[in-house]
Amino acid sequence: MRERQPSRGGPARDFEAFVAGAAGRLLHTATLLTAEAPNDNPRARVLLTHAFAHTYACWDRMRGEDPYDRARQYLAVRFARGAWHQYGGLGRARPHPGSPLALLTPQQRLILVLRLYEGVGEEQTAALLGLPTERVHAICDRATAMLLHPPRGPAPTVAGPKVVPS
Amino acid sequence: MSRRDREAAARQAMDGTPPPVPPDLYAEVVRRGSRILRRRRAARRLMWVLLFFAVVVFAVWAATVQPWVVPPSETTPPLTGW
Repeated sequence: MRERQPSRGGPARDFEAFVAGAAGRLLHTATLLTAEAPNDNPRARVLLTHAFAHTYACWDRMRGEDPYDRARQYLAVRFARGAWHQYGGLGRARPHPGSPLALLTPQQRLILVLRLYEGVGEEQTAALLGLPTERVHAICDRATAMLLHPPRGPAPTVAGPKVVPS
Repeated sequence: MSRRDREAAARQAMDGTPPPVPPDLYAEVVRRGSRILRRRRAARRLMWVLLFFAVVVFAVWAATVQPWVVPPSETTPPLTGW
């Protein structure tokens, strides 16, 4: 039953070397996406584990494809799909104030990290997320501006719905 | 500030200290990855079994009903006595 798994000889060692080499950088990417603190990043770890497990499952069928690229794509798409409902009022996924990207929305973080931190091209990012290229450009510009010149006053995440008196 | 400077500054802001990689990451990845492979294999096997049974059922039905045989005519009365 184990003939298709990369668990014997060469491929397993290849995969282990790949994980050892890529884990640090991809975990940093995932932590930037989830806007968690570097030392307390359970969501980023889950994202990374799923991305690597998916890469493991496709390992033998990758013909000349870059496994890092593959894992990064899976990570980004999974984050994009999970972001909108995980941020919906449960309160457990609030950005950590220690993260550099705490003030940005999940979509701004995703595009900023893919474009600038990971160096993915504008067209590729747009194709990956199913957005027009101009929109990716605009969101990236806006996110950069927000990161470099954060709005003054208290962080908007702190001010909850209780600000408006009834 | 040019676009290039802004992008460089944003990159620098994102660099920071990398988070420590959990030591049990590889084991967990292999565990989950093997589960994905196992499920995929089970799904493929189930599909083949279903296909096989569909073929068998069709063959039995075709052999018994024989839908290609023209049914005997029921509208024209048989010609007799001439």
